Amino acid sequence: MNISRRQMLILLPAAAVAWESILAGTPESSPNYKMTEHWWGMLIDIPKCIGCGNCVRACQAENDVPDGFFRTWVERYHVTDWNMENPEVISPDGGKEGFPSVTQDTDGKYFFVPKLCNHCADSPCTQVCPVGATFISPDGVVLVDQTYCLGCAYCVQACPYGCRYIHPQKKVADKCTLCYHRITKGLTTACCEACPTGARQLADLKNPKDPIHAFLKTHDVQVLKPQMATGAKVFYNGLDGSVR
Amino acid sequence: MSVFKDSGHLFRLAALYIVGSLTFLGIRGFLVPKSFGEYGHYRGNAIAEIAARPIHFAGHQACETCHTDVQQMKQSGMHAQVNCEACHGPLAKHADDPSVQPAKLDTAVLCVRCHAVSAAKPKNFPQVAALDHSNGLPCETCHKPHSPAISAGGAK
Repeated sequence: MNISRRQMLILLPAAAVAWESILAGTPESSPNYKMTEHWWGMLIDIPKCIGCGNCVRACQAENDVPDGFFRTWVERYHVTDWNMENPEVISPDGGKEGFPSVTQDTDGKYFFVPKLCNHCADSPCTQVCPVGATFISPDGVVLVDQTYCLGCAYCVQACPYGCRYIHPQKKVADKCTLCYHRITKGLTTACCEACPTGARQLADLKNPKDPIHAFLKTHDVQVLKPQMATGAKVFYNGLDGSVR
Repeated sequence: MSVFKDSGHLFRLAALYIVGSLTFLGIRGFLVPKSFGEYGHYRGNAIAEIAARPIHFAGHQACETCHTDVQQMKQSGMHAQVNCEACHGPLAKHADDPSVQPAKLDTAVLCVRCHAVSAAKPKNFPQVAALDHSNGLPCETCHKPHSPAISAGGAK
């Protein structure tokens, strides 16, 4: 095959452009979103929660969560002075329609605790998956690849917070995605969007401008079950010691 | 050379092993998705697939691009920090196509979801016993939901 000098000069840049496009690979679905620039978590301000259940309803509407299953739910604690170790906890239908009214200040104290997946950095649930169907994404969100999941429910048992369930129709593991389809588009999660008091706030721990950093500096913040060292990234402000 | 007398068996075994290994690698390469292992021990494309799910809540920024009058009214009132869809529900369809009309809201149901009196709620949160408070009248008779203080006035 004979290539003249002229042909060679034309072919070289063409080949370089072709090779560039091969190296670049397929573009991401959200063009301006870079996974390496985020590390997602959430802040829950317990003194602000009024137990309205807006977050639970919003989550079910946003994510088509089947009835009787919850990606997020609200618990109401009743802690008495004489039995602080055993609080009375209720969560009727996940707190979706609110809570029965407490008519008067009886013994002890009441408060609401919204719960959801803690998107743990060292999560037990992702470690037990035998097929690589659940994982923590490079931006810190624990996700389930539902086309890969077998429905063995190991992860459901492994989660110390009870945040996973087997979807009754799909028969695969399902859980909070931290509204990954929203946060990658620059929106907040459905539960945070619907919370009327700002008790829930999405937090990007890698973004130095995120108000979470100032909040963490000035408040006493706790995660659930810190003794399990799961690297939970849902931070609770004003968390009572009786919450499990 | 008696050591290698029956070495033909070994060669056959080795050949069989190589063919078996190659078949395994071939089938594995065919069955394992291309993006598996891109970021870790999972299918990398799953991330983009989950990110591509449709949204239902448009977000208050989308509402405020058109409803600037409501936004201004809210800013001065107690509900300034309450996002539109906290009460109005998921309205991404309406944001995409304004001809899709949102459902009419019932303040008698909606307001008490948050404001029904209960000793379990934070003490500084405004609460009412709806029946004693209004004798069954809908809340919007006196309060404008976007700016609920009675002295604040303004349209609904």
